[in-house]
Amino acid sequence: MRIAYIKNKLLTIDESFVFRVKYQTNNSILSTIESEIDTVLSVEHSEVLGALRNNDLENEAIYIFREVAAQFERPVLLFSGGKDSITLVRLAQKAFFPAKIPFPLLHIDTGHNFPETIAFRDKLVKELGVELIVRNVQDSIDQGKVVEESGKYASRNTLQTTTLLDAIEEFKFDACIGGARRDEEKARAKERVFSVRDDFGQWDEKNQRPEVFDMLNGQIELGQNVRVFPISNWTELDVWSYIQKENIEIPSIYFAHKRKIFLRDGFIWSAEDDVVFRAEDEVVEERMVRFRTVGDMSCTAAVLSEADTIEKVVGEIRESKISERGARIDDKRSEAAMEKRKQQGYF
Amino acid sequence: MEVLKIATAGSVDDGKSTLIGRLLYDTKSLTDDKLEAIEKTSKQKGYDYLDFSLVTDGLVAEREQGITIDVAHIYFSTPNKSYIIADTPGHVEYTRNMVTGASTSQAAIILIDARKGVIEQTNRHFFINNLLRIKDVIVAVNKMDLVDFSEARYQEIKSDFEELMGKRDYQDQKITFIPVSALKGDNVVNRSENMTWYKGQTLLEHFEALDKEDVYNVGTPRFPVQYVIRPKTEEFHDFRGFAGKVYGGELSVGDEVVVLPSMTKSRIKEIYFYDKKYQTATRRSSVTITLEDEVNVSRGDMLVKVGDLPTVNKEFTATISWMDSQNLNLGNKYVLQHGVNKVLAKVENIHHKIEPDYSGVDESVNSLAMNDIALVTFRLNKPIFYDTFKEHRTNGSFILIDNQTNNTAGVGFIE
Repeated sequence: MRIAYIKNKLLTIDESFVFRVKYQTNNSILSTIESEIDTVLSVEHSEVLGALRNNDLENEAIYIFREVAAQFERPVLLFSGGKDSITLVRLAQKAFFPAKIPFPLLHIDTGHNFPETIAFRDKLVKELGVELIVRNVQDSIDQGKVVEESGKYASRNTLQTTTLLDAIEEFKFDACIGGARRDEEKARAKERVFSVRDDFGQWDEKNQRPEVFDMLNGQIELGQNVRVFPISNWTELDVWSYIQKENIEIPSIYFAHKRKIFLRDGFIWSAEDDVVFRAEDEVVEERMVRFRTVGDMSCTAAVLSEADTIEKVVGEIRESKISERGARIDDKRSEAAMEKRKQQGYF
Repeated sequence: MEVLKIATAGSVDDGKSTLIGRLLYDTKSLTDDKLEAIEKTSKQKGYDYLDFSLVTDGLVAEREQGITIDVAHIYFSTPNKSYIIADTPGHVEYTRNMVTGASTSQAAIILIDARKGVIEQTNRHFFINNLLRIKDVIVAVNKMDLVDFSEARYQEIKSDFEELMGKRDYQDQKITFIPVSALKGDNVVNRSENMTWYKGQTLLEHFEALDKEDVYNVGTPRFPVQYVIRPKTEEFHDFRGFAGKVYGGELSVGDEVVVLPSMTKSRIKEIYFYDKKYQTATRRSSVTITLEDEVNVSRGDMLVKVGDLPTVNKEFTATISWMDSQNLNLGNKYVLQHGVNKVLAKVENIHHKIEPDYSGVDESVNSLAMNDIALVTFRLNKPIFYDTFKEHRTNGSFILIDNQTNNTAGVGFIE
């Protein structure tokens, strides 16, 4: 009786209403109720649920994944171990269920990863049963293709590009799927969903293909490749809310933890990892911090935070007054930093 | 989550970027570091107000020229909705970008500079929004601060614009006029204290109140098959699922369907979304469908309901917007992508081209240049299954791909 009542009520509720309620009351309580109800419903209806509740962004991403699988010979999903690429993996699972994800994952390893990220990566790949390809920036350095940066602001972030382009050539990948979002940075705001790169991996931002309606044109010449961005239209908050709603596991460094840190230029740097350059006069202290992105450790700053659960993280992002890339020192180098790196083939 | 995508269009200096900046600023969507960057740059340039256009003008070339040259996407949200603004340039040479931005939007803002009134550009923006059948259009009369917030001036512009409205093809388009000052923040998010004569909603209030029915047209369900899922695992040994997005209407388990082009009939057996089965797939959902019978279905085929067939034809006429630097000539061949289906198309006839000032048509053309809009008949090597654009936004549109360059050269709206 009770279950049938809840079910009927639920079916009449407009999703935007749920969304409204969610934001005006305590979010964590409502999502608990939501998932409880979902569980109750799936117990009663272990077979078939009612009408599908729509999430426009999710539907769009799934559509894009399927276009990639259909239009390209050798796609690959670029996996960094960060929350955006973890979200991509879940969306890919959704796109192809009950089949496995029909392409490998590629990790361009800077050698400057948070150890938590690598452990997480290996576990996930094992669960998925997909192939993981790892290519190391260290190898590009050893082969003399790139030169390690030095000094206070040295990072391997820009060096990744060479390693990535070499991997694309080695495996003849024709589509590289990435987790970049248009809200991250203003040069990215103009990026297409299917973004063509020439055989030097270059982005010609003034000569991009128009993308109309849902139609994606993946026609390319031999040697070219397409960068694909299924979560182009998601914001940082959308990603976090999705991780919460879907109960997706993410590396522990995204949650508040005690860490030895030091301050420089108003940023908080990890003092626990050798790759982060620290001058002798920079004082180390222990604080509760978490990371909002997990890029190259040497250019990823932490934020002070007490958010040790996904509910608290989502709450914090909603209130946050600093953008995510605000903690990425590589973008601060110049106003056009990202655009320049993209033209050279950076993701 | 409800997402509303809005296309903006305006001329070079009518303050489009400032309007978007104002929307972000007043909804508190600008983060401290972004705001700081704006303040710093505005100061460097010696402006005595915040230059919000820096939020949207992303590319280096744009900052140098001080203009917007491509479609940029800007995101903000209220407790009620998520908004995506497709900011498109308003120069004569960038009709293609406006069409691109409008094609994925459910609402549009047309900006008019209160000092200049309705100009040729206004005409163009209105025409394109009407051509693309955007259901909800806001005409924002901007820079009201520069005409002393004059109601008379606003009314004058409004009636000039209403004259254009008589000529439009899509009469059901809902058009709302709002007097604003983006620079000073009047009637964008907050009500204007300078224009108490205006009793309507602010720009944001208008968008907040829009329901799905206000922005989406309900049509008949169309299910173009993107990909066939065959897991070949122990558990799903004989599974053949057809992956795609549902457009126009809903599909439910038990529905009798026809597979095009084979015209084979079957019934929907299951509707999967990830690992769960559902009774009904709602509009715009990306699902996987299995059928009762073993039917041969591949990418590019389409499932439709029995009794709801689209037109199946090898020849049709469409309004096209040409987007390529190489001209479209009579007799040229292109790859025509209709949804996820690709065929070859030959230009059979160019009936007429719309005059750039929309005063009429030019019937003596056999070639189209970038930004031209024209009525063209195509002949195909294989039939496609289409509706008119009027009936079905998705199943009535297509793109043309140049086989030499692989560029998306044009977009068409089937008549």
